[in-house]
Amino acid sequence: MRSIADQIPIADGLFTWPSNDPRLLGSKCADCGVVTFPAQSGCPACCGEDTEAIELERKGKLWTWTIQGFLPNRPPYEGPETPETFKPFGVGYVELPNQVRVETRIQTEDIAKLRIGMEMDLVVEKFIERDGKDIIAYFFRPADES
Amino acid sequence: MDVAIIGIGIHPFGRTEGVTGLEQGVHAAREALKDVGLDWNDMEFAYGGSSAAGNADSMVSKLGLTGLQFINVSNGCATGGSALQSAYMAIQSGMFDIGMAVGFDKHPRGAFTVNPEASGLGKWYGDIGMALTPQFFGMKIQRYMHEYDISEDTLIRVAVKNFRNGAKNPNAWRRNGFSYDDVAQSQMVCHPLRKYMFCSPAEGGCAMILCRADKAKQFTSNPVFLKAVAVKTRQFGSFEVFSQSQALERAPAPTVQASTAAFEMAGIGPEDIDVAQLQDTESGAEIMHMAENGFCADGDQEKWLHEGYTEIDGKLPVNTDGGCLANGEPVGASGLRQVYEICLQLRGEAGERQVPNSPKTGYTHVYGAPGLSGVTIMAA
Repeated sequence: MRSIADQIPIADGLFTWPSNDPRLLGSKCADCGVVTFPAQSGCPACCGEDTEAIELERKGKLWTWTIQGFLPNRPPYEGPETPETFKPFGVGYVELPNQVRVETRIQTEDIAKLRIGMEMDLVVEKFIERDGKDIIAYFFRPADES
Repeated sequence: MDVAIIGIGIHPFGRTEGVTGLEQGVHAAREALKDVGLDWNDMEFAYGGSSAAGNADSMVSKLGLTGLQFINVSNGCATGGSALQSAYMAIQSGMFDIGMAVGFDKHPRGAFTVNPEASGLGKWYGDIGMALTPQFFGMKIQRYMHEYDISEDTLIRVAVKNFRNGAKNPNAWRRNGFSYDDVAQSQMVCHPLRKYMFCSPAEGGCAMILCRADKAKQFTSNPVFLKAVAVKTRQFGSFEVFSQSQALERAPAPTVQASTAAFEMAGIGPEDIDVAQLQDTESGAEIMHMAENGFCADGDQEKWLHEGYTEIDGKLPVNTDGGCLANGEPVGASGLRQVYEICLQLRGEAGERQVPNSPKTGYTHVYGAPGLSGVTIMAA
């Protein structure tokens, strides 16, 4: 395990870091209460400009999903796979209760078991290594694998 | 001021080695002029666009430096549709009598490469492998199939129909008419969508000449009248491509808004349309767009495809030229290709794929990133 100093979030402001219990960071409109992810300065629903940062729920339900069946183009993709080692991966939207649906990569032992409505948990972990440091990203994982 | 389409031209879609996208646009423009018997210097204005093949206004150095007003249009997958709408407005406003809408493109092979930052997204979104349009289409139809009980069989039937139609279109790219088994057994790309359910980036060009409706008969005996043109962007709550998050509340797609606006403008309803071209980026899109454009209720597509309602001899023929599936997607030209096909159908010149009983009304629909839609309604 690397020290915290060698673990860099894939982008600033996406999730709380460093943290033992990381959360995704969204924003909530002070006028209409609508939640967005990632956090943004304006409200897409009421056009208001007064939003506050909030931590999002770490559990939710899979609302829809697909399986990325081919190695994405580089750039922009920075995943570690080669055409030889690539394995299809899951992508979906997880509905966080009373907040928002978040688009996410899905970590699972078995992509064949993905189903709409299944319980999912947030995980924040290493995505790739770059310049001797771990690049940390967020994923969701079926709750029965947590 | 009503507006008519009096000349149409196309450069075959697909892959044309050694011919730039711009040259394909020039070819289409010349074909459109030839179709109506006019010259480039008769054009008072042009609107044109491409997404990956250069600035449309540079066509003037090949077509002739006549000094006309030429405005470049860049509006994602609705580039062609937006060029047409701009030309429509230029005439409808009374500012011009006659001009051209043109679109062309030439994309590299393979899936579209996206620059997330140009679409207002974080760089991380591309780094991690989510900036891919096929994922969106897979996720949207996955949810739709779950909610409305659409089967994989119906997805396959859409693709087979469009490839069958494309085989009858000399300007189409994929003309080998993939069979049911070809589609059903092709590689899974983004579940539940397989390789032969997707269109591919391609090349092609298309052009239209538009004029004041009251002058159309001076130029041609078979004008097609533009009864409505509408372009709409996404509203809060609709499920769109490249959304890092989605609202819990749901709103109608931009297609629903564009379609509703167009029908209102034309003063007719979906039941009055004789032939339609609906965006079929993949077969799921055609299924969802049948309902979003008001032609059937959500879930009825299962019956419509099974009964053949959208075949060339069905009650509402859809994508009679093979759609994006058989023609590929040159982004700048795609929307105009749909209009070209409807003009052929209304003029009775669609040959082997002609819709029977002289169709009188036609409909076109494009949808694309980042959540916009363009609809036109035409009448003979």
